[in-house]
Amino acid sequence: MKIDLWSLYRQMFRSRFFEEAVIQLWEVGLISGEMHLGIGEEAIVAGIVDQMIAGDAMALDHRGTPPLLMREINPVLLLKEFLGLQDGLCSGMGGHMHLFSKDHLAASSGIVGASGPTAVGFALAGIHLRPGTLAVAFFGEGAINQGMMMEAMNLASVWKLPVIFVCKNNEWAISTSSPSVTGGNLMDRAFGFGMAAIEVEGSDVQAIWESSSEAFERARDGSGPTFLLTRCSHPEGHYLGDPLLRMSRQPVKEFSKRAGPLFRSVISRKGATIRDRMKSLGDVMSVGKEIAEQVSATEDPLALTRRGLVTDIERLNMLEEEVAGEILDAVELALNTD
Amino acid sequence: MEVMSFADAIEGALAQAMAHDPRIVILGEDVQGQRLNLLARFGEKRILNTPISESAFVGAAVSAAMAGLRPVVEVMMVDFTGVTMDALLNHAAKLDTFSGGKWKAPVVVRAACGGGYGDGGQHEQSLWGWLAHIPGLTVVVPSNPADAGGLMLAAIEYDGPVIYLEHKLLSDYWLEAVGAGGRDTVQYDVPAEGEHGPVPKVWKPVPLAQAVIRRDGDDLTIISVGVGVHRSLEAAQILEKDGFSVGVIDIRTVAPLDKKTLTNAVSKTGHLVVVDEDYEAFGLSGELAAIILEAGIQVKYGRVCTRDTIPYSRDLEDKTLPNTQRIVNTALKVLNE
Repeated sequence: MKIDLWSLYRQMFRSRFFEEAVIQLWEVGLISGEMHLGIGEEAIVAGIVDQMIAGDAMALDHRGTPPLLMREINPVLLLKEFLGLQDGLCSGMGGHMHLFSKDHLAASSGIVGASGPTAVGFALAGIHLRPGTLAVAFFGEGAINQGMMMEAMNLASVWKLPVIFVCKNNEWAISTSSPSVTGGNLMDRAFGFGMAAIEVEGSDVQAIWESSSEAFERARDGSGPTFLLTRCSHPEGHYLGDPLLRMSRQPVKEFSKRAGPLFRSVISRKGATIRDRMKSLGDVMSVGKEIAEQVSATEDPLALTRRGLVTDIERLNMLEEEVAGEILDAVELALNTD
Repeated sequence: MEVMSFADAIEGALAQAMAHDPRIVILGEDVQGQRLNLLARFGEKRILNTPISESAFVGAAVSAAMAGLRPVVEVMMVDFTGVTMDALLNHAAKLDTFSGGKWKAPVVVRAACGGGYGDGGQHEQSLWGWLAHIPGLTVVVPSNPADAGGLMLAAIEYDGPVIYLEHKLLSDYWLEAVGAGGRDTVQYDVPAEGEHGPVPKVWKPVPLAQAVIRRDGDDLTIISVGVGVHRSLEAAQILEKDGFSVGVIDIRTVAPLDKKTLTNAVSKTGHLVVVDEDYEAFGLSGELAAIILEAGIQVKYGRVCTRDTIPYSRDLEDKTLPNTQRIVNTALKVLNE
């Protein structure tokens, strides 16, 4: 298999454009509940999904949209699912956190860590029924402290299963700083299970593709699982409307809602020392700012890939126009067929 | 009396309890952000952020309770108790009996529950009946601010494990976080009297295992819990226009049940409708029917519960969860039998 940056960029751009349309639909209230996006993860997902073949399986987390799109699930089916329509991908029953496609052996879950055991089972079925295929688990570093994830890594290792554990590390477990709740180092953790492990920059799709290709080889030839540690950031925070990001974007408006009770708490008698109170508060109040800073310090995976292709600006423009047209048509179709 | 939101009531009761008892600690995912006011007052030694690892931190909360702390451990949503079930089912619930009554685990497991905002069936379940099925667990589900604070205090003071469930349609910050997310383009059927209401100046515990009559009625008794209480009260008003006198009981504590209050009311009306947002089969609604039968009461019976996995689609979700119209229809059927 050879790397084709044009096709990788196409998938990344498609995913980004699609999810930006999803933001609009969510903002106007056509999509209900929470909305977790894969914006910021496109290079990781594209680099992996591009190397998957028919019969490979995917265990997805609550950010399942990009992997499914890149696996060529019809975008209209995804949109209709998000709109809660009966002819959506899952008949409007699942929504964005619970997307399933039996044909693609792709299953998602809103339970953090669940993609680990799911990938192990997919891989087990694979070695019996579809030799040469593998299973990918996508999850964030927040999931790596779940017992089920560590148990799944162990099982994959001792059974030498064809699993690629793709850890998308944005350093925030929901809204808690991951280093503050994670012991040791994640690479060491994988080595501790006797598993091959690769660390790679998550903004760079070429690096992702090239470094993971050995994981694909290892899985397909029966040499066992690989842990792939990648770094990314989520410009929209944990989910759309993330209160901590809103706090950093509109500090006066958001803070004034909270200021009264907070002030009373700080001055109430009985409690921690004032110094402890201020320190605790400062740590939490800065979370939104830290996320925003991390996002601006992280290279946008799309911009990075685009830079390498800009020498052929005509082809690039054509590609982007074509993708935008495809997605806009899909939105139109999803909204206007009832 | 002052008026307070459901969420502020819980926080007020917690703050009062924490100020008096330094053994009370709060732990869970993101709690430092979620409980900002408590953090501001009590500091990060008593409000502990955990990793996303429910089986570890709930298990640890149980043993911390055994060893002298009074933890309030938060499992964001009750759906996630699936991850931590062993700590609850095989440990917290068993300790009292296995130790011959010599050792108890005073732990409160706090979780958001319930649907009605379109998040799908992995984040909108009620599950109180599922948890109440296990001997050794106390399960409380407040329906208004006064009970929300009072039951939290009772849960903290109780010497065994208590599951404390707060409905997301009643807790405004939950609905904002997982429903609206800053949007004003989405609407929810929030029971106003559940979300805001009168509370006492100083919090006192609301006794566990004590149901309360929300509305008297001679023809039919509706027994419900949580948001269902408000839907039932609405249905009772509609039925009144048809000439039926319908009473509503809020059980508040799902386990153990206040059998006396329930059987007394039903023995007078002889007609019972159970409104339960939790699953219909093998749950609270069947348990209530059994209690009435065991008490030798002749009764006409119906129930309005959640039968299937809760769909993501708002339209389908509305049809799946108990709603006022379904309650009225079932009540009329039972009354006209």
